[in-house]
Amino acid sequence: MAKEEKRKLDKVLIICSKGNLEDVYAALVMANGAVMEGIEAKLFFTFFGLDALISKRQNKLKTATVGNPAMRMPGGAPFPTLLGALPGVEAGVSSMMKKQMEELDVPPVDEFLDMITAGGGEVFACQMAFDMFKLKREDLSEHVKDVITVGQLYEMVDTDNTQIVFT
Amino acid sequence: MATQTIAGKEVDLNEDGYLTDHTQWNEAIAKELAKEEGIELTDEHMKVLNYLREKYAEGESLSIRKVGKSGIVDIKGLYKLFPGGPLKISSRLAGIPKPQSCV
Repeated sequence: MAKEEKRKLDKVLIICSKGNLEDVYAALVMANGAVMEGIEAKLFFTFFGLDALISKRQNKLKTATVGNPAMRMPGGAPFPTLLGALPGVEAGVSSMMKKQMEELDVPPVDEFLDMITAGGGEVFACQMAFDMFKLKREDLSEHVKDVITVGQLYEMVDTDNTQIVFT
Repeated sequence: MATQTIAGKEVDLNEDGYLTDHTQWNEAIAKELAKEEGIELTDEHMKVLNYLREKYAEGESLSIRKVGKSGIVDIKGLYKLFPGGPLKISSRLAGIPKPQSCV
């Protein structure tokens, strides 16, 4: 059998539909990692994921403390759902998550988007969700290259080796 | 791992082409390695390589963000200097290990 040649990924489209801190960061880390590897990256935010692009909200994302069975107390004990429902707990947990990420040199969302676009990555908002949430262009941060339809997204799949990642 | 002669000096490289011993590094080696990457090393490049070597010697873990905040070059500039691998290629040319961080 002929030896198969290893081929590098040349383009990745990353779609983020959720606005939880960790969902947005997963998409950002993947996109930044791609540009750092010389892979062309397009980031597409839709539905609640749009919060990552809304200037007023992008650095205030939260992690869910209710309905998150993997959530743990410091020390590793399970995190009681009822505790997560108390006022201020979600904010406290979220700021702790951000602090721990900062220690690993993971930047706030706006700075992360700066880094990705500095590397040539491009950021898009979903037209449908944008209309649905009655947003205005000025609500979105300067990183957003355009508000596009799903058809325009698929048109970006134009190389031999493009992958779509949905988070 | 393989021993190779680069710029007249014997160096040990791992399978990814990174020096396994950063003390074997010198500027001439960096220039040769850069050629393999299609990069002509300038003073701007050298400043970055020296910064990386310094931080590595201090035991700091490196990230693209840190280099961007170093005051030597911004992130956009870093991508221009080392296209297709701002941290990976610069680390290789600096003779330090492949970056381990996800950012």
